[in-house]
Amino acid sequence: MAKMVSLTIDGINVEVEEGTSVLKAAKDIGIMIPTLCYLNGVNSFGGCRICVVDAGAKSLLASCTLPAAEGMVIKTNTKEVQEARRMNMELILSNHDRSCLTCDRNGKCELQDTAFQMNVDEIRFDGKDTKHKLDLSSPAMVRDPNKCILCRRCVAACGRVQDIGVIGPTERGFRTIVEPAFKMSLGDVACINCGQCLQACPTGAITIVDDTKKVWDAIADPNKHVVVQTAPAVRAALGEEFGLPIGTCVTGKMATALKRLGFDRVFDTDFAADLTIMEEGTEFIGRLQNNGVLPMITSCSPGWIKFMEHNYHDFLPNMSSCKSPQQMMGSVIKNYYAPKMNIPRENIVSVSVMPCSAKKFEAGRPEFGDDVDVVITTQELGRMIRMAGIDFERLPDSDFDPLLGDSTGAAVIFGVTGGVMEAALRTVYEVLTKETLEQIEFESIRGMEGLKEATVKINDLDVKIAVAHGTANARKLLDSIRSGEKEYHFIEIMACPGGCINGGGQPLVDSEIKLKTNVVKQRAKALYSEDRGKALRKSHENPSVQQVYKDWLGEPGGHKSHEFLHTKYVERDLY
Amino acid sequence: MITKKDLDKIKAATLTENYLDDSREGIRVTVGMATCGIAAGAKPLFRLLKEGTADLEKVEVKMVGCIGSCRLEPMIEVYEGSKRTTYVFMTPEKCQKVLDEHIKGGKVVTEYTIGAADKENASSITEMSYFKSQKRIVLRNCGTIDPENIDEYIARGGYEALDKVLTSMSKEDVVNTLLSSGLRGRGGAGFPTGLKWKFTMAEADQKYVVCNADEGDPGAFMNRSVLEGDPHALLEAMAIAGYTIGATIGYIYIRAEYPLAVERLKIAIKQAEDKGLLGKNIMGSGVDFTIELRLGAGAFVCGEETALIASIEGERGEPRPKPPFPSQSGVFGKPTVINNVGTFANIPQIIVKGVDWFKSTGTEKSSGTKVFALGGKISNPGLVEVPMGTTLRDIIYNMGGGIPNGKKFKAAQTGGPSGGCIPVDHIDTPIDYDSLAEIGTMMGSGGLIIMDEDNCMVDIARYFLDFTVDESCGKCVPCRIGTKRMLEILERITTSKGKADDISKLKELGKNIKLTALCGLGQTAPNPVLSTIRYFEQEYETHIKEHKCPAGSCQAMIAYFIEAEKCIGCGLCARKCPVDAISGEKKQPHKIDRSKCIKCGACMEACPVDAIYKR
Repeated sequence: MAKMVSLTIDGINVEVEEGTSVLKAAKDIGIMIPTLCYLNGVNSFGGCRICVVDAGAKSLLASCTLPAAEGMVIKTNTKEVQEARRMNMELILSNHDRSCLTCDRNGKCELQDTAFQMNVDEIRFDGKDTKHKLDLSSPAMVRDPNKCILCRRCVAACGRVQDIGVIGPTERGFRTIVEPAFKMSLGDVACINCGQCLQACPTGAITIVDDTKKVWDAIADPNKHVVVQTAPAVRAALGEEFGLPIGTCVTGKMATALKRLGFDRVFDTDFAADLTIMEEGTEFIGRLQNNGVLPMITSCSPGWIKFMEHNYHDFLPNMSSCKSPQQMMGSVIKNYYAPKMNIPRENIVSVSVMPCSAKKFEAGRPEFGDDVDVVITTQELGRMIRMAGIDFERLPDSDFDPLLGDSTGAAVIFGVTGGVMEAALRTVYEVLTKETLEQIEFESIRGMEGLKEATVKINDLDVKIAVAHGTANARKLLDSIRSGEKEYHFIEIMACPGGCINGGGQPLVDSEIKLKTNVVKQRAKALYSEDRGKALRKSHENPSVQQVYKDWLGEPGGHKSHEFLHTKYVERDLY
Repeated sequence: MITKKDLDKIKAATLTENYLDDSREGIRVTVGMATCGIAAGAKPLFRLLKEGTADLEKVEVKMVGCIGSCRLEPMIEVYEGSKRTTYVFMTPEKCQKVLDEHIKGGKVVTEYTIGAADKENASSITEMSYFKSQKRIVLRNCGTIDPENIDEYIARGGYEALDKVLTSMSKEDVVNTLLSSGLRGRGGAGFPTGLKWKFTMAEADQKYVVCNADEGDPGAFMNRSVLEGDPHALLEAMAIAGYTIGATIGYIYIRAEYPLAVERLKIAIKQAEDKGLLGKNIMGSGVDFTIELRLGAGAFVCGEETALIASIEGERGEPRPKPPFPSQSGVFGKPTVINNVGTFANIPQIIVKGVDWFKSTGTEKSSGTKVFALGGKISNPGLVEVPMGTTLRDIIYNMGGGIPNGKKFKAAQTGGPSGGCIPVDHIDTPIDYDSLAEIGTMMGSGGLIIMDEDNCMVDIARYFLDFTVDESCGKCVPCRIGTKRMLEILERITTSKGKADDISKLKELGKNIKLTALCGLGQTAPNPVLSTIRYFEQEYETHIKEHKCPAGSCQAMIAYFIEAEKCIGCGLCARKCPVDAISGEKKQPHKIDRSKCIKCGACMEACPVDAIYKR
């Protein structure tokens, strides 16, 4: 057990583990020290000097990086401390593009909130502003350095959390800017579009590319038949956009809202997730039985795919050739649903709502053509619902539209780390053993451990599986396979820590809440409980999926499947 | 395996063969070949002397480092018996004459000696009054031994301290010696060195010794002088530190702009390794210690210890919060001792000569000496090493030779961009860590800039702040934005656009930056501004309220005039003017067109009758 130390904060005695930051120790006793550059689990940087406290030293110290020590006496709220914080805030604001009213983050900006909290009512030190061009090169994210406060939370998210590191500080002093090396643009570097940077950003310096206008245009066009699909993780977080508690599952309200927005059909990516299991499960069984390349690695996460293409293309043969659920759904809509409904392909607008910024990049990959026309994220759907004046909280529940809206519990857990693997095991086990799987919840691959391993006995074979989420963990896992240290049959990798529920397109959560609650765990709970509430919890039991095979595809892994549901990847340079 | 006996043998042989001591039987000729000497043209002189003495018996020509009077370079010294002659401002022609008349002919060329140049009755630098009052501990070998020859260092007692430590002192003994010596960090902050080492003694699987040789203050070159002139002193001290704290690896973090120092360090490390004074099993003691160089790209902030550590690790050179301190978590998270070159250079002598010897110099709380790089408005710029506690007056008027051109002393800046100014009222303040802190400045690494009545204190503050703004790493808000805002205010004031509340804003910003900046660079950045306001607030006010620069230095607030009664109409000024702003008939008073004038001052310099003045 770690050593405990006792310290006094604002006269209150508190006991914490040695090494705990003073910021966290203060939080434990209900003192919320304001922060900007600090982000729980991501960045302890000590740069913004907003969280400074009086620790009896000759200067004030940043509480986010100050380790609690025995006998420490901390004052968080003296006049000196307050004035110092306020002046540092004034200084930050003096070099900030303050076009707040038209900012993406208006009303959801930590800088705005903290300035308000500190009662900053004027900026006395106006001077030169740094002026930079917007970076519009990425299909997923917009970088606006003029709104950047150089807190480096994005840099830590990209470099430390994700172990990618395509953005960092360049220049120095007042000229410092966070950007890719050598003045490159985000679209030109090995960025995987995971959006963890924008999730970390406290201001409007990195935001999601807004594609809502394209959707409104399509809905407004009487000649277009607008079809929407929503990914599993969206339902676990959309409610947060409207002030519902984190972890509230809003599947029914979301379906109603989509219908009210004017979509002609509201389908569920969960259907395609079940379809993915049919294809991927079959592919895995094929590889197992025919000495195919193992381990097989899942291909649902477009961030992971691009990460692999840049960094680990020696694993190309290991990749499942299955399209992601978004792209399978896109293909089914354009190639099966359209002819079935007698709608010309060009009149269908296929929209997807995703928790994921990288899905915007994925939909634009040349190999997928126009299967998905527009990708909007959970954040953007929230915007559309607000624009339409829909009182989300009071919406009644409704169901998705039939056939392509039907799904099992296996599909809904795709949104959380380990979910794809668990769903695959539920099907692969039954197909191979021809027995019913009784214990369908695979606890060993659930949870937020970065790397999870399990061995599942199927017939005589010990199937070794591994699950990694967050590309830093993916890197560790793949390196251990490269070196020969580890061997597996089947691997699930998700680019984002926690899986899709923590995707770059999900609603933004204030750092103060991230300090108090484990957001990812709450969202995961929502999906697991949705799974438990489903009548059918195994993908191969989805009757609508079975019908699409009967009507159109033939059999899983068959010729038609390969034509419409499978894909190829490319090798990309790292620099 | 090298032993004390071997050291003694080398010492005896080198003293004799290189004619190093006063009982010499031949002539020793040295050429100052530090960066300053080489830049002034020492290399051809060295070749000339080498070739010219090649067939002479009992003459040794050696290169040496900088003795401190860079302004007199190229310098050559001739030692015969106990007599030493210093020749300055040497050229190949003069050098040839010294060779022919003195080295071969035995007759001193009086006209080229230092005494002739500086108008004193002296023939060697050691007889000069400004040199005699110095006390050379750190610089004791600089300018007298060949830095590329380990034997000469050994001849001066080099590596005896290492031997003593390895054979007869426990780790605790070493720490206690340093503690009782009162040695404090020469990088500027003055933290007790022994304490630093003591904090690093706790068990760990790996530890590091780091030498901070990232000298970056504008105008300061104390460390470079040691690195170029006596590199082994540093290596020996680092090895002692390695033994004491149990580190096997040492890094010297040195800026790449010091190529000669880098080269000499490389040579010194190689020689020490070849002799078994560094590397595995040093002097058969079982102690391993290797030294590697890490070259910095010249960022001032990398002189801040945590930024330096980040840079060694290959990260962007940015400071890290303290605690944890480097003694707990330094290079690669391991306990690390990090000391300045000047600090290390004291240590071998403290070990050999003892605590009492060291404490006999300096003051009670600041023992030993301090090396200053004297610059600005001073007659003898260069390096001086003085006992702690020497007054500023003594340094300026004795070692520094006073202020040139009969001007009045106005203030001195210590600690470079992190320090503050000392006005004339405090000219008798003893220079030690605590006295300087009391009057609002700091010791700093040793830059000492002298200012006279022509220097505008607002502009001086602006100059230093401009430096820190440029060198701020950009990590923390108060330094990144706060210093920039202060600079903007100062730029306003010095260009006649100052506002009524600017002084109070400067004070408020300065206070906040000191209070909340992350590292020493930021926390001290406002010092030049705050201290000039403290002592020269009136000068600020005159700029703001009367739009005048009392020192006549701020260009926006001055204009050049020609005094008609004095002007002889020679036209020299008009010819020198780069923008054709001056006109007038021959032998008639000339006039300056102020709409064209760029205030460069060329006319004033050109005027033979001092008819041009500025106001």
